Amino acid sequence: MKKSLNAIALAIGTLALATAAQAQVKIGLITDMSSLYSDVEGKNGALAIQMAIDDFGGKVLGQPIELMTADHQNKPDIAATKAREWIDTAGLTMVFGGTNSGAALAMAKVAAEKKRVYFNNGAASSALTNDQCTPYTVHYAYDTVALAKGTGAAVVEQGGKSWFFLTADYAFGHALEADTSRVVKEKGGTVVGAVRTPLNASDFSSFLLQAQNSKAQILGLANAGGDTINSIKAAKEFGIDKTMKTAGLLVFLSDIHSLGLKNTEGLLHTTSWYWDLNDETRKWSKRFFDKTKRMPTDIQAADYSATTTYLKAVQAAGSTDADKVMEQLKKTPVNDFYSKGTIRADGRFVHDMYLVEAKKQSESKQPWDYLKVVKTLPGEQVYTTKAESKCALWK
Amino acid sequence: MQISMPALLSQLLLGLVNGSFYAILSLGLAVIFGLLNVINFAHGALFMMGAVLTWMAMNYFEINYWVMLVAAPLIVGVFGVVIERLLLRWIYKLDHLYGLLLTLGLTLLIEGFFRSIYGVSGLAYDVPDALSGAFNLGFMILPKYRAWVVVASLIVCFATWYAIEKTRLGAYLRAGTENPRLVEAFGINVPLMITLTYGFGVALAAFAGVLAAPVIQISPLMGQNLIIIVFAVVVIGGMGSIMGAILTGLGLGVIEGLTKVFYPEASSTVVFLIMMLVLLVRPAGLFGNEK
Repeated sequence: MKKSLNAIALAIGTLALATAAQAQVKIGLITDMSSLYSDVEGKNGALAIQMAIDDFGGKVLGQPIELMTADHQNKPDIAATKAREWIDTAGLTMVFGGTNSGAALAMAKVAAEKKRVYFNNGAASSALTNDQCTPYTVHYAYDTVALAKGTGAAVVEQGGKSWFFLTADYAFGHALEADTSRVVKEKGGTVVGAVRTPLNASDFSSFLLQAQNSKAQILGLANAGGDTINSIKAAKEFGIDKTMKTAGLLVFLSDIHSLGLKNTEGLLHTTSWYWDLNDETRKWSKRFFDKTKRMPTDIQAADYSATTTYLKAVQAAGSTDADKVMEQLKKTPVNDFYSKGTIRADGRFVHDMYLVEAKKQSESKQPWDYLKVVKTLPGEQVYTTKAESKCALWK
Repeated sequence: MQISMPALLSQLLLGLVNGSFYAILSLGLAVIFGLLNVINFAHGALFMMGAVLTWMAMNYFEINYWVMLVAAPLIVGVFGVVIERLLLRWIYKLDHLYGLLLTLGLTLLIEGFFRSIYGVSGLAYDVPDALSGAFNLGFMILPKYRAWVVVASLIVCFATWYAIEKTRLGAYLRAGTENPRLVEAFGINVPLMITLTYGFGVALAAFAGVLAAPVIQISPLMGQNLIIIVFAVVVIGGMGSIMGAILTGLGLGVIEGLTKVFYPEASSTVVFLIMMLVLLVRPAGLFGNEK
């Protein structure tokens, strides 16, 4: 009798412990912390998440909120292993996947298998909420479809009818080129050609001369980070910008900062957010700047916003259970300094995007004063439509 | 695919520009390997240091490009001397692998240091005023700066070759590697010679870094992307062969340039393909002697 009483006591004790562990929110950010995309999100992305946690009061459901971070080194296997490890051993309640589409897709699979909420800001691939969508994914900041419909359509409307692409030779670049080509053709433009460049090529001059020889009006850069920076720099050096207009399909504020306006003025691109949009964005960005001495990229702002959105959902659901939190997320509109919109059934956070242009040097009044908004792009127009979607959750 | 003659010519010329970087970097590696028997993996990081120093001098002290063309190699050269005295000295008797590991560790330290300060997106550096603008060659627009890169690296490469192969000092160096004890018996300070050689080899890397600063975005990772190709160049040319390194560097730059026209996807791998073929046919490299 005594033995069985003990056993029951033990069982109750374990149960209590288990629920306690379940109730504590643990967020694990797994992103590129050291390589080519680390200025886009990286350690300052982690800082933005921590800011959101602190602003929330550091606690939810009566328990302290914990943030863990890891560097996936742009390797999908490391990303997936880390996510699995933290879910199994540390009781992670939310996987925060970072930059790099390959790593992001790998983590989405793990999160779905383990039933954990999965947020992603940094990765571009629209597959996250299309053919590889899961009930637990929230793709928050932007995707390749939005970039294509934003920049591609705008450039064609401005008269840029013939395109030549410089494409990073891997899944992300191919997707971006394909999505943009489709938009260009739909709008009545033509794609004259494309050259597939190896990732991290140091010299783009040869590819650029090929682009110039094509006699296309628009040079479409279907690449990111260091590749974008080096192609823009070489385009300037070889005077390509005199005969062609460059359209950056994925440009981050950190790229513009690194190149300087001298090399980028007039560069048209699409972004999910910019620090100098209104008083609210400026106020938050100033806080971020005081801590980091850099203005935030749209991804870092989205990191803050996504964290707050998640914590509010946990609070409203009164639980960290992934199904309950996801239900809450999908029925509650988001409205903050980053964006206003809703999380759709396929996990896509639909919100307005901005078509922006890099300012002329003479227009820039202060440090980090780089962009002007050409047009606000309504979310429903730039993201994947129901007709285009292959996601079973949205049928 | 139809490729016009002018287009081909311009691509050849661009290949030559890239080849100049390969030549000057692989030359430094070859000199170091030839005399120290160390596979200097830190070469890429020191190349990056040359570029970053150039940027720092301009941004913090307004020291111009031309001064840094001399100063950056000197500073990095001294840094190399310190590395050799403190670290490399102790591992000459060990297997090559230890030198490789040690210099790889150094690379991670140096790159990590600069990354923590400047991030990875890189720093912009303008082409010096005297070299801005371009030549119109009829078939292409060649930026003056790119032409300067070819000229400057050819001069430095051939001066180095001349110093090592044709002068008395060079003769000492070569003798010192063949039989250090005998040379020492003649009263020549071989350890000092080796230290200075390493310093000179890495100074060449820094020189290439300064040349690259206005062309490539200066980033803590810029050396990583180049160094693997440069190692392949050294292997193809033949480890330790001075002229081999120079000619192979230029030649591979041109071949790579042509690949970018005919099959761009392969442009990052063509060098390694050639390396495999060369190793199969001539294991010591195109210009190397089997010992």
